[in-house]
Amino acid sequence: MTDARLPDSAPARRWSWTDPALRSAVIQVSLAILLIWMAWSFFANAQANLARQGIASGFGFLDNSAGFGITQTLIPYSESMSYGRAFLVGLLNTLLVAVLGIILATVIGFLVGVARLSENVVIRALASAYVEVTRNLPPLFQILFWYLAVLATMPNPRQGWAFGLQPLLQSLANGAASIGLSPLADGLRSLAGDVSGPGVFLSNRGLVVPRPVFEADFNIIFGVLVVGIIAAWIVKRWAHVRREKTGQPFPTFWVGLALVLGPAIIAGFVLGWPMTFEKPELRGFNFAGGVRIIPEFVALLVALSVYTAGFIAEIVRAGILAVSKGQTEAAKSLGMRSGPTMRLIIIPQAMRVIVPPLTSQYLNLTKNSTLGVAVGYPDLFAVFAGTTLNQTGQAIEIIAMTMAVYLTISILTSMLMGWYNKRVALVER
Amino acid sequence: MSRTFKHFLLAAGMLAMGASAAGAATLDDVKARSALNCGVSQGLPGFSNPDDKGNWAGLDVDFCRAIAAAIFNDPTKVKFSPLSAKDRFTALQSGAIDVLSRNTTWTMSRDTTLGFNFAGVMYYDGQGFMVRKSLNLKSVSDLNGASICVQTGTTNELNVGDYFRTNNLKYELIAFATIDETIKAYDSGRCDAFTADQSQLYAVRLKLTNAADHVVLQQVISKEPLGPLVRQGDDQWFDLVKWTYFAMLDAEELGVNSKNVDQMGSTANPEIKRLLGTDGKFGEAIGISNDWVARIVKHVGNYGEVFDRNLGPATPLAINRGQNNLWNNGGLQYGMPVR
Ligand SMILES: N[C@@H](CCC(=O)N[C@@H](CS)C(=O)NCC(=O)O)C(=O)O
Repeated sequence: MTDARLPDSAPARRWSWTDPALRSAVIQVSLAILLIWMAWSFFANAQANLARQGIASGFGFLDNSAGFGITQTLIPYSESMSYGRAFLVGLLNTLLVAVLGIILATVIGFLVGVARLSENVVIRALASAYVEVTRNLPPLFQILFWYLAVLATMPNPRQGWAFGLQPLLQSLANGAASIGLSPLADGLRSLAGDVSGPGVFLSNRGLVVPRPVFEADFNIIFGVLVVGIIAAWIVKRWAHVRREKTGQPFPTFWVGLALVLGPAIIAGFVLGWPMTFEKPELRGFNFAGGVRIIPEFVALLVALSVYTAGFIAEIVRAGILAVSKGQTEAAKSLGMRSGPTMRLIIIPQAMRVIVPPLTSQYLNLTKNSTLGVAVGYPDLFAVFAGTTLNQTGQAIEIIAMTMAVYLTISILTSMLMGWYNKRVALVER
Repeated sequence: MSRTFKHFLLAAGMLAMGASAAGAATLDDVKARSALNCGVSQGLPGFSNPDDKGNWAGLDVDFCRAIAAAIFNDPTKVKFSPLSAKDRFTALQSGAIDVLSRNTTWTMSRDTTLGFNFAGVMYYDGQGFMVRKSLNLKSVSDLNGASICVQTGTTNELNVGDYFRTNNLKYELIAFATIDETIKAYDSGRCDAFTADQSQLYAVRLKLTNAADHVVLQQVISKEPLGPLVRQGDDQWFDLVKWTYFAMLDAEELGVNSKNVDQMGSTANPEIKRLLGTDGKFGEAIGISNDWVARIVKHVGNYGEVFDRNLGPATPLAINRGQNNLWNNGGLQYGMPVR
């Protein structure tokens, strides 16, 4: 540490242990070599031992036919397809429940978190009770609760509750006619004609709804919808810039909604709604046709969202409390009402505190989705690390692939949230 | 999840560190730790089920007790690991258990690519269906379009697919991780049918809220030879487990049972003398005492006694011997001769 060299004489690099940069480079390179060697010998050893024990290895099994059925498949699948295909089916099921769960949990969490700070005692108490109950019951218990307790109250398909889509459309049409919107009423009436008989069934087999079948002309309506979305986005940017400049508010939400839906609805009436409904029908034991949402999915989705929302609510509450009181007071003194104060002043600042812990809740939710195997939800863990592993016995390959998938999902989520966090970070001026 | 991961880590660790379970002398390990590690199911009356005092009982359980009796002359020196269908193979591969005696179907892939050896067929079975009586079903084809509950990681999960597809029947299969969850889902009405090996269906029926409301259809759709298995590569241990099974059958065939075994040793019948170790050194050949069969029969009983005690007419399951009768009684059970 006693370096007597003159400050301006550039030190000549010597091979010496006293050079910290060189020393750390040597140590790091040796550590890396050691790690690679360990990983390699781990792998080679495992390979040799597997061969000696007569256990199959390698990834060839992915092409073999799976042989088992899967209840919920977002892509076409049958037993005669491969384990690789089953892997994809499981992966999509995991992503479906994770993405929808994250959205739902965020919505519930924000509502409850804000409610915990409400001036209203009843709302505050309800929100507190929600947080205490959901956070303190293990997620597996909650999944089983939603599945078994709620499922048990549902009737079987024959006695299932049938909801008529037709009567609903009919009464909507009458309503529209009575306030003078006769084109809308006509459209609704013709829709109602398409869906004769009850179209929606709720039973212990899940929720069955008619499947919309779009004709070619419907693409025009989709096109109009997309244009509307773009227009709404442009208006939002414009309103934002204008507010920054002049401070004038603009009803972005309502104008945006009108821009998105209005033209599409008009186009729909002009084209006479070129679509039909494939109605589910009770045939034997189950429903044929239509779209069915299985109870396993609903139970898992609701349980994961409700559970995670309890944690998110606390994060949101802490985030809001972290914004200094002066902000609220300043907004009040400018005459802002409490709603806009929350939306425009408090929440944007609270986001900086909220986003990092929110990310880890999202990751938890994704990982907890593996508990779905308890209620027979065919996620990646159940289909691949469960059934496929059991049938092929190739634990090393399958667990490695499964871990890689969950790791990738986690890293992508973190990256996305990191990017968002940068956007909401306080811009110091 | 945690259990699978535990087994996986165990397996990965053992495989990688070279402390390979295969090749190691399992019998020496069992003797050294003074206990047999036996994998059984998590609760299937008649096969392996803990009673109210926590004692395990059943056909699969008694087979492990027989091995312990042969080695230690003490049928209680067994540590039972309850395993779900899904986790059982990893547990055996990793060396967490010495033998898997858990109504496991002997299939070619399990025997070959999973690295196991099957020691025999404790119970000849076939896959069946349990349905509600009120449905009034006659055969499996009446189940067209039905929702079917099954436990994941079983042959049953695969057979349903084969059968329904080849017969052009529609079905929805919901696979659960453990037996309790499968039972609850079926009981709550989520499924029209519960499928498993018939013997398991009889056992499961006893666990339903109202057993009398359910029937097991006569028809079977597969062959399910259920037997104990060990890791491939340890022939001595494989022999010991295999001959424990044969000895139980031979004892029944020769009329040796837990009540007369002490007297039988002094008969003139050379077959019985070899079996009970008063003649020859058959026990030594598999690394244990020569009176090994006498120990098994005295402590646990012959095959017929074990069957009757756990599954027979006097039990709630009341299963007929049927295919599980001895070969000379019209069944398929056939013990190789001790000589
Ligand atoms: N024999 C079939 C099925 C064995 C099996 O696990 N059956 C279930 C059907 S209910 C069972 O016994 N479960 C009991 C348990 O998991 O504890 C096989 O080997 O794959």
